Amino acid sequence: MRNRVGLHLACLAVTAFVGVPIYLVALAAFTSRTALNEFPVPLGPTDVSTETMRGFLATTGVTGGFLNSLMVGLATVVLTLVLGAPAGYAVARYAFRGHDSYQLLLLLTRALPIVVLSVPLARVFLRIGLYDTTYAVTLLHTALALPTAVLISSAVFVGVPREQEEAATVFGATPAKAFLRIVVPQALPGIAAVAVFTFVLSWNEVLGATILTLNQRTLPAQVLTTLSDSPLAYRFAGGLALVLPALVFIAVMRRYLLNIWGTLR
Amino acid sequence: MRTLPRAPGENRRALGDPSATPARRGAGRPAWLWLIAPSALFMTALFAWPLLVGIGQAFTGPDGFSAANLRRMVDDPYFWPAVRNTALLIVVVVPLQFALALAMALLLRERPRFAGFYFYVWVIPLAISDLAAGLVWLSIFTDRGYLNSALAHLGIDGYAWLSYQHPWSMFAAVVVAELWRATSLVFVIVVAGMQGIPRDYDEAASVFGAGYWQRLRYVLLPQLRPSLQVALILRTILALETFAVAQALTGRSMPLLVGETYQWYTVLQNPGVASAIALVILALSLLAAIGYLRLLRDRTAPR
Amino acid sequence: MRSEPLKTDVTITRRTLLGLGLGAAAAPVLAACSGVSTTGTQSGPGAVNFLSTQFTPIEERQRFEKILADHVKDAKVGFNPVDASTFSTTVKSQVDAGDVKVNLIGGLHGDLAPLADKLADLDDVLSGLSDRGFASDLTELAKLGGSTTKYIPWMQATYLLAVNKKALQWLPSGADVQKLTYDQFLAWMTAAKSGNGGKPVFGFGAGPKGLYHRFFQGFLLPSFTGGQVTTFRSADAVTAWQYMKELWAQTAPASTAYDFVQEPLQRGEILVGFDHVARLAAAPKDKPDDWLMVPAPSGPKGLGYMLVIAGLGVPKGAADADRAKSVIKALTTPAIQSEVLRQNAFFPVVKGDLPAELPAPIRLEASGVQAQQGTGGAIVALPPVGVGAKDGEVAQVYKDTFKEICLDGKPIRPVLDAQAAKLNAILDQIKVACWKPDPAGTPCRVA
Repeated sequence: MRNRVGLHLACLAVTAFVGVPIYLVALAAFTSRTALNEFPVPLGPTDVSTETMRGFLATTGVTGGFLNSLMVGLATVVLTLVLGAPAGYAVARYAFRGHDSYQLLLLLTRALPIVVLSVPLARVFLRIGLYDTTYAVTLLHTALALPTAVLISSAVFVGVPREQEEAATVFGATPAKAFLRIVVPQALPGIAAVAVFTFVLSWNEVLGATILTLNQRTLPAQVLTTLSDSPLAYRFAGGLALVLPALVFIAVMRRYLLNIWGTLR
Repeated sequence: MRTLPRAPGENRRALGDPSATPARRGAGRPAWLWLIAPSALFMTALFAWPLLVGIGQAFTGPDGFSAANLRRMVDDPYFWPAVRNTALLIVVVVPLQFALALAMALLLRERPRFAGFYFYVWVIPLAISDLAAGLVWLSIFTDRGYLNSALAHLGIDGYAWLSYQHPWSMFAAVVVAELWRATSLVFVIVVAGMQGIPRDYDEAASVFGAGYWQRLRYVLLPQLRPSLQVALILRTILALETFAVAQALTGRSMPLLVGETYQWYTVLQNPGVASAIALVILALSLLAAIGYLRLLRDRTAPR
Repeated sequence: MRSEPLKTDVTITRRTLLGLGLGAAAAPVLAACSGVSTTGTQSGPGAVNFLSTQFTPIEERQRFEKILADHVKDAKVGFNPVDASTFSTTVKSQVDAGDVKVNLIGGLHGDLAPLADKLADLDDVLSGLSDRGFASDLTELAKLGGSTTKYIPWMQATYLLAVNKKALQWLPSGADVQKLTYDQFLAWMTAAKSGNGGKPVFGFGAGPKGLYHRFFQGFLLPSFTGGQVTTFRSADAVTAWQYMKELWAQTAPASTAYDFVQEPLQRGEILVGFDHVARLAAAPKDKPDDWLMVPAPSGPKGLGYMLVIAGLGVPKGAADADRAKSVIKALTTPAIQSEVLRQNAFFPVVKGDLPAELPAPIRLEASGVQAQQGTGGAIVALPPVGVGAKDGEVAQVYKDTFKEICLDGKPIRPVLDAQAAKLNAILDQIKVACWKPDPAGTPCRVA
């Protein structure tokens, strides 16, 4: 019995550690500006006001940015899965020369701070005429998400026993059919997890989106650079506005997050 | 009985003769080439030229090829503290995160009530960008922030947690904030890895009298190796890259390598030195990735 | 082998497939349009894309967009405030690629200086604006060290001391707060700190984005040494930094985290703050009667002060440059300049009397600015002229000097010598003539 009590206490402690900062941001975003200037800052919802949230949402380009971010996020997920899942399958199933170096190279593109590539990247997109479109941002985000996608999806496919696929081919199914009917159902939840990581990465990415767009920015590109100079209250409002869609997305997808390696037991 | 999840290395044995694979697909290029090609081509088309230009900047001086930027980088008073702080941060934060993530996954494995709710809350920081996380923790640690307010309610004097005069509390604050922000990634990977592990071995071990810690060490952790490897590589590379939280909390009082890259590129308008520092980060990531791959290779499997 | 789960797998598969299919189908449909405009304009004829480093705070931005919408009738202006690094990356990459989408750029002198060779010549615009009466200092600066005008002055600001009247109780007797000397200021702050229970009342923006290097370049060093560069390690400079060290002991240490001081002032963390006027306007907004805006103190050589100049430029090769130039002309009309002053606290660059109807905080600041510029013995200091991309590195020298002397506590003379060597290394590379307050002469070096 004591073990269960300890277990619950531990769970509550961790939940408090994770949840309290989020509660504080939400609190600050809905507190009036004068109350934020006092000390001690109120720790409970004593002075609720929606003025900063309303002011923030009235900023130019917030709705446009939201729509752009949504478009870019969904398109990035689709493109990343189309490019990354097959590659992950190949890495999981086939041993070819360059197996490890391919993965290492992909990871290393992620390891280089993208800021030093700012000017050349912008020039690439100017040259191909995609500057200031959501297509450009989608392409960049796909490139940023691909290494993680390949890494994790290869681990997903490793978790699907090879024997099942081979058994299906023994019974007369073509390799493609074996893939669709045997591997995909088991891997799908894990692939959905890759989709979640990719969407979150794209939604929160700011530097690349800022360099590649001018008048059609994503939400972070539009808002974050100016947020840091704005008064404290707006920083909270902006922070909350950026966090909320991600919270909704995770609530929707959280079942799939449990299935990177195979079906739920 | 379900087979164990395999690391990519193990599959090679199951394949037998690698050259048998192309024959199955018939004549022409091997299957893996078709599967890899789109992603490889895509990355090359997008990044090849910018990478060449970007990295080339590190070695370009006013008169062509020169190592002047590297020398400048090394002579900068902020560089070596940045290296030290980055290394310190990784060495402290990454093990703590893994311990915390493992603990969290083990807690959930016991299936307490409201496990679904706990899982949701514990995964939320995954979706929060590092800028937003920096903002959140700044509002907690700043001189007139929530932490000092809470202390004031209890009658205790506030403390300047983020002041440059208190380097250790500054470092601790960054560690706590980074723990909060980035543990979810490791947590999710560990939980998923644990799900693929059958309880049979665990139960068998306890029947034979193994205690909790022994079961943890000899039964659970080895089976988690593939997940841990993936998580470790990902987390280290990302840890070398993120500095938004540290910058939000400490400004330039605690320089970090990536922060210095940004500083040289944007404020000091010197892309050459910025690229040089970026190359240092790249080299460190390479070392770490290779190190982990070697260290965590499955030595028990016959090769 | 598997027994139960297969059935559930199929259900999950169908449902998931449906969901994913919808998502995958929706994505291309959404992606068919290449994006939704976030500035109210598209990159196309008839619109002017205005990229700026100023007016990034949300409320300033909204007010300025309203000014543009109400007063600029020639063109639809898409206002795009960004941070300094995005600003320079955007202009550089577009001009280098030959495909310039931005027609109009606006930034501080320090933002425009590194882009000097990427700006179009604006001599024709300047000659058309002779009735505006720009000060000759400004038009000289606008050449960015070259022979042609690279930007048109847009607005100006300077630095002031914001004083909460609560701090006046510790003012030493006989000192006039409008005409302080640095020594009196130090005595005041010392008394204030001990009177305030050991907590300092003074702060300035020494954070990563703070412009505190302008304080050293434009206020401290000219007031004590009469120069900015040539006298960098003279005996007077040692006195100046000794003073700074003592002042730092009376300053709030949290200043290393302040980018601007108006929030600490509003929160009551500090009572006296030093920052530029646009960043001080919010503090007295609620209770203007509690505040004073006074000129910076004067030193042994006079009252050194620096102007913050913002300018408007047109990138080389920009499409629709004529429309951009007409927007420049519109933005320099006295009507808009007064509006900008009223709303966003940046002062006009055109000659003329300040408008009568000013909000209380702006009125406070205007009197402070006039007092500062009208003082006899005022030494005007300019930001570095013609140093181009090295402006950041030059600024870093002053910032590092401050860090090593005040934060790290190192002895002054060796630090000054080491930093002077660094400054000379930078200046020797670019070989420019000295700028005010140093005597003009090539090449500029630390003596």
